[in-house]
Amino acid sequence: MFFNLLSDSSGAVPPIETSNNHPAIQCKIDELYYGDFLAVRDSHITVKSKQITGFIGPSGCGKSTVLRSINRMNDLIRSFRFKGELLFHGQDIYARNIDPVAVRRYIGMVFQQPNPFSMSIYDNVAFGLRLNHYKGNIAEKVEHALTRAGLWAEVKDKLKNNGLSLSGGQQQRLCIARAIATEPSVLLMDEPCSALDPIATRIIEELMHELKGKYTIAIVTHNMQQAKRVADETAFFSVDISKAGRTGYLVEFGPTDQIFEDPKEELTKKYISGQFS
Amino acid sequence: MSAIPSRAADILEVPLPELERSFFERRSLINGILNIATWLIAVVACIPLFSVLIMLIMRGSRRIGWDIFTELPPTAFEIGGGFGNAIMGTFVMVGIGALLSVPIGIFAATFLSEFSPDSKISHLARFCAKTLTGLPSILAGVFAYASVVLITGTYSAPAGGIALALLMVPTVMLTAEEAMKMVPRIMKDAAFGMGCTPYQVVSKVVIPTAMPGIITGVMLAVARAAGETAPLLFTALFSDYWINQSGKFDFMQPTASLSVLIYNFAGMPYENQIELAWTASLVLVFLVLVLNIISRAIGQRREYAVTMLLVVRKVIGREKAVKE
Repeated sequence: MFFNLLSDSSGAVPPIETSNNHPAIQCKIDELYYGDFLAVRDSHITVKSKQITGFIGPSGCGKSTVLRSINRMNDLIRSFRFKGELLFHGQDIYARNIDPVAVRRYIGMVFQQPNPFSMSIYDNVAFGLRLNHYKGNIAEKVEHALTRAGLWAEVKDKLKNNGLSLSGGQQQRLCIARAIATEPSVLLMDEPCSALDPIATRIIEELMHELKGKYTIAIVTHNMQQAKRVADETAFFSVDISKAGRTGYLVEFGPTDQIFEDPKEELTKKYISGQFS
Repeated sequence: MSAIPSRAADILEVPLPELERSFFERRSLINGILNIATWLIAVVACIPLFSVLIMLIMRGSRRIGWDIFTELPPTAFEIGGGFGNAIMGTFVMVGIGALLSVPIGIFAATFLSEFSPDSKISHLARFCAKTLTGLPSILAGVFAYASVVLITGTYSAPAGGIALALLMVPTVMLTAEEAMKMVPRIMKDAAFGMGCTPYQVVSKVVIPTAMPGIITGVMLAVARAAGETAPLLFTALFSDYWINQSGKFDFMQPTASLSVLIYNFAGMPYENQIELAWTASLVLVFLVLVLNIISRAIGQRREYAVTMLLVVRKVIGREKAVKE
């Protein structure tokens, strides 16, 4: 069984050797198809360890698709085909012998819509730990994860309440707590603030800054200002409508300051200055 | 284009339209009559249920007491008696039916809603289930008679249970499928994102979330099965004794049930038996009604189910604590 490979009593998920010199993620997408539709092409990005990498671009440019291919969530779509390489600490996760289920335990994900399970707040956070047959003190881990997600003070007296009873912003922080409880080495965030109000957004952005010390984060955002505020490096995607269909591709990738202050590509300059979106 | 009035006086010169309500105008008269008609027909629709209930309470409540739950059915000229064995038999056979149909229904629903919603085999399964919901219940009895009674050589509770299961499977399966389809896509995505296998997504997230809907379906199926007579007539037959008459539970023998008892006793020429048939009807209707009300309550309010679960857990926890 797949999960037996991962059942480990010492930690939530067995620690990854980060001592090797590989970056956390090296994404080398050459072509990515849904059926016959070429969704993304030529997007090579390196996500460095313990940094925040932002993915920006107009809608339909494939930034979410790229993010979801990092933990193989796209495999859930039947017609999905991938050409290229995706290295996670140097290991190609699209190799034939890799189990996508195992990959997703090391690379956590926070979704656009807050999606807690319809169970208690405690069970939501403990979900991943139980899934990995964690043998240690689950209550302690739950408290730790909720504290890190900045939610502990608000929910510590109502851990038995259903996760869906929280407000939108709290639900999203609960989802973050759920994702980090198993201490995955990489956290993918797919427009985590797009369904939230400005105050909840600020709290989550502050949270990302705090998490940065421990996790590698890749975040898709529709909001350029957000990328500017949180990301260390930024990847700018655009849509190529020259051929049939709309194919997303990487236009420019570099340190956030350089992308926003001194973009090398004309297209980036136009997008940053708000000439199209 | 109409001329725009230049002064306020011009506006006042326009005659006011007729706006007053008049009951005797043709269209408002028709409206009123139809309104009353629909109201009356709605009331008429309630009459069967309430008249049956009132009739049962009037004629059946006379014999309500401990005796009917503890005594065996009386013979021809005996006085008193009850139908404890029939209540027990109904519970046993509906229980067997539920034990068989609930796992089959839920597994099938899982396949239909999660693994292969659009394949040929799932379309076929759905079609079969929908056809089976309309199956005359006596045919389920014929099937169980041919496949169980003839082979085992005896009328028995399992034969009755299998006949009932045949009628319960489609209800359980179709309602469970609907309930599982209601679980939001993003919640399943979250489970996959945590590193669940498809089987774990179903067992840890989809089924628990859909539980109120699934329970509703099971309750409806159980309520229907409890009242069925035809499938039991020649599978379980009837018995005047307890299932455990000989000291231990022997299921491979003819078994009594409430519905068959009513069928048998209502046709007898003895006052005592006829009275008992009324009382048995009252007990059966009450049983089915309670199950229906519970399923409605669970289906409508998720919190209700959660609370019930919490209560059960608390009770179990307390029992454990007491034991320790």
